[in-house]
Parts: sequence; structure tokens; C-alpha cells
Amino acid sequence: MTAFVALVRRDLALAFAQGGAATLAVSFFVLVVLLFPLGVGPEGAVLARIAAGVLWVAALLAALLSLDRLFQADYEDGSLDLLLLAPLPTPLMVLAKCLAHWLVTGLPLAVVSPVLAVLLQLEVSALPTLVLAMLLGTPTLSLIGGIGAALTVGVRRGGVLLSLLVLPLFIPALIFGAAAVEAAATGLSPLPHLLILAALLLAALPLAPLAAAAALRLAAE
Amino acid sequence: MNLHALANPTRFLRLCAAILPWSAGLTVLLIGAGLVWGLLFSPPDYQQGHSVRIMYVHVPAAWMAMFVYSVMAVASATALIWKHPVADLVAKASAPVGAAFTLLCLVTGSLWGQPMWGTWWVWDARLTSVLILFFIYLGYIALWEAFDDPAKAGRAAAILAIVGAVNVPIIKFSVDWWNTLHQPASVLTMQGPKVAAAMLWPLLLMGLGFTTYYVTLLCLRVRAEILGRRARQLRLLAQAG
Amino acid sequence: MQWHNAGDFLNMGGYAAFVWPSFALTLVLLSGLLWRSRAELRAAEAELAAAEAAAGRRDPA
Repeated sequence: MTAFVALVRRDLALAFAQGGAATLAVSFFVLVVLLFPLGVGPEGAVLARIAAGVLWVAALLAALLSLDRLFQADYEDGSLDLLLLAPLPTPLMVLAKCLAHWLVTGLPLAVVSPVLAVLLQLEVSALPTLVLAMLLGTPTLSLIGGIGAALTVGVRRGGVLLSLLVLPLFIPALIFGAAAVEAAATGLSPLPHLLILAALLLAALPLAPLAAAAALRLAAE
Repeated sequence: MNLHALANPTRFLRLCAAILPWSAGLTVLLIGAGLVWGLLFSPPDYQQGHSVRIMYVHVPAAWMAMFVYSVMAVASATALIWKHPVADLVAKASAPVGAAFTLLCLVTGSLWGQPMWGTWWVWDARLTSVLILFFIYLGYIALWEAFDDPAKAGRAAAILAIVGAVNVPIIKFSVDWWNTLHQPASVLTMQGPKVAAAMLWPLLLMGLGFTTYYVTLLCLRVRAEILGRRARQLRLLAQAG
Repeated sequence: MQWHNAGDFLNMGGYAAFVWPSFALTLVLLSGLLWRSRAELRAAEAELAAAEAAAGRRDPA
């Protein structure tokens, strides 16, 4: 357990040492969201209609932004080999890195999203659901993204390939996340959608690290 | 015949050579018969008129899109778990065929949907998940191309194929789980087929014909992969020697 | 036979613009893939023959 926590803390330290990774993710998220009123027009009804989807797409893209570095930096300086040989089982190592990634991207996004939602004229009644859906959905993005990052580590132009591999797998989280917020905004119960988001997370928690670990062992050979 | 026998590439090639003329011949016969029956003799639908004939390519294409991916996923698992030397080549060879069938399914679906539903596309569960399947196929093919070492490429692609396999049951059951515009299952249901016999037969003929087509293409493509691998090995040995 | 004449057949009850492109695309995709696969096989066979010839030249057995 201490090795796990140590790894999370190490990754967090690295992320902040490399210059405010959380700020970067949040800034990107805010910028992308702000493009929509500028592009679509400030009409409140239109913005409110697309708010849920826009927030989720922006969250997906922001998560994607830092995923290709998840294992790349360690691969380049040789510490990936050390991590694979360490006593901490590889799937747990992956889980630790995904957790650190989420703490730096997903969690800040979830915190900031209500503010942006208000700017997009989303109904205030939907804001708690938005935060909850983001908290349930963004960890899944980090986990699934971890699989893609592990598969493309050390590959030329891996970032583009990573997006191609990972975005189709992100889509269920996007659909149910946006649907939950939509439901809350129109007065319906978001519970079925939130439960499915939770189910996706529970499925991804054990399975994604296993797949990513297999891919990492491949890369280290 | 067991998997171990097929693990020997030479024996696999002999099997392919033996199967090829039969599968090719059957393909021509089955697809030919299916087209003739479907285009000339099967009845129009009382609501959709003659546009229902698109079903005879759209539905078999959809079956193949899912079937080929399932073969890819099983072959990938076999390659990873038992390190079967031909299994990852079967998966690699299957991907373009599966992608082509998925594309065919999507486009013919649009062509059928426009007169039937009045729209070229709708973002319901089944159409969306088939579109996702198409992108998973493309990602799989791209992953093979991304690595210099084919052995590594094969194993990475195998992991992706298995991860993407969760999409297949979603496609199959999406029309049952959600109220969607796309019609629910009508061939394989608990009460038996709900499609009229006069339409069911050409549909099954086309489905079988597409399957034998897939087998034919597999024989050609896996052979090409095995020979290509042998050529690379010879070149590596020559460089080392 | 559902059709009385060739004109009706080609017209597909008014749905010709949807039905015929569907079957045409099927033909194009399936035959294109077949053609491509045979070309790749021929290329692989040629590559193997070349590699074997090169290896044969090195150690005449």
C-alpha cells in the first residue's frame, strides 16, 4: 500500500514540477468550452441545449491531452523498466499512475465544470448531477486512457494513434455522462445514467490496469 | 484437427490450399443464388416496397461485421495465451475484411434508412455502436502499422482486440436494451425467426455466402502474411550470417 | 418472378437510387478487397522467392 501511495505522490510531484499540469488541463477545458458560445452564438436556449455535451466532449479532450505522457516519460528515462521490476504488481502500478492522472486532470475538471455550466446557461438544478457524473466518469477516462497509453508507448507519433484507439472506447462514458446531465436539466431522474456510469467505472477499475500492464510488459521487452 | 496442428504454419498453408477452391466456389454459388432470389423472386415489403431488398446486403454485412470481430478477438486471445504463431496473423488478416463489412453495413443502412425512416442517420444505440466498431477496426489496423517489430505489433494489437470486444455484445443487444429507431432482433429470437420464409432464405444464402467469402479471403491473406514473415526471417538470417 | 419487365426491375418501385448503390457498393468493396488480397499474396510470394534466392546464393547447399 505504501508503495502504491508513494508512486501516486511521485507522479503528482512530477506533474506539478513540469509546470502546473492541472492548470494546463483546466485551462484547456475552459478554453474549449468558451469556444462554443463564440462559435454557436450567445443565445441562451441553444447553449443550454448543448451544454451537457459540450462539457463532456471538452472533458474527454482535456483528459486525452496528457495521456500520451502517462508512461512515455518513464519509458524514455528508463524508469518504466524499474517500475515493472519493482515489487508493486504492474496492474497496481498502472492504477497508481491512472489515479495520479485523474487527480491532475479529471478531478479539477469536475470541480470547475459547474462554473462553466452556468456560463453555458445550463439549468442550475442539473449542477449537482453534473459534478457527480463527472466524478464518476472522468476516472473511467483515465483508466481506459491508460490502456491506450500503454499500447502506444514508444511508438512514433503515438499521440495521434492513442486518440484513435481511445476515443471510441470513451464514447459510452460520454453518452451516459451527457445523458445524466440532460435528464437532470429536464427534470427527469438521472439515476439510471449515473448507475451505468458507476458500472463502467467498476468494470474499468480491475480490467483496464490488467490490459495496460500486459501492454507495458510488451513495450519493455 | 486441433489448434496444435494448425500452429504449424506449413500445415496451416496446406489446409488453406485445400479449402480455397471450395470456399471460393461456394462463395460464388451462395452469393449468386442469394442475389438472384433476393432481387428477382423475393416479395416486396408491404410498407417499404422494393427498398426492403437492401436488407439482403445490409443484414449479412452487419452479421459479418460482428462475426469477424469475434473471430479476431478469439484469435487474439489464442495468440496471447498460448502464443499460437498463426493466430495473430489470422486476426491481422481478418481486420480489413471486418472493416469493409462494417462500412458496407453503415452505408447500406443509411441508404435503407432514408426511404424507410426519412433520415440518413440517427444517433441511436445500434448505429452508434456499429460506428464505434468501425473505428475500433481502424485503430486495430493502425496499431499493426505503428510498430517496427511485427511480433510486438501483433501482441499490442491482440490486447486492443480483446479490449474492444466489449463493444460486440453492446451492438447485438442494444436494440433490446434501449428503445431505438433501429428494428429489434427478428432472425434469432426465442420464438424463432420473425422474418417471412420467402425473405429468410435469400437472407441466409447471402449470410452464408459472405461467410465463405471471408474464409476465402482469410486463406489468401494469411498465406500472404506467413510467406511475408518467412521472407523477413530469411532476410534477417542473411544479415546475421 | 416479381418483375414484369426490365424497366420495372431497374426502377425498383421508385427506390432505384437507394437499392442499386447498395448493391454496387457491395460489389465494389468485396471485389476490391479480393483483388487487393490477391495482389498482396503475389507480392509476398515474390518477396519470399527473392529472399530464398538471396539466401541460396550465400550458401549453395
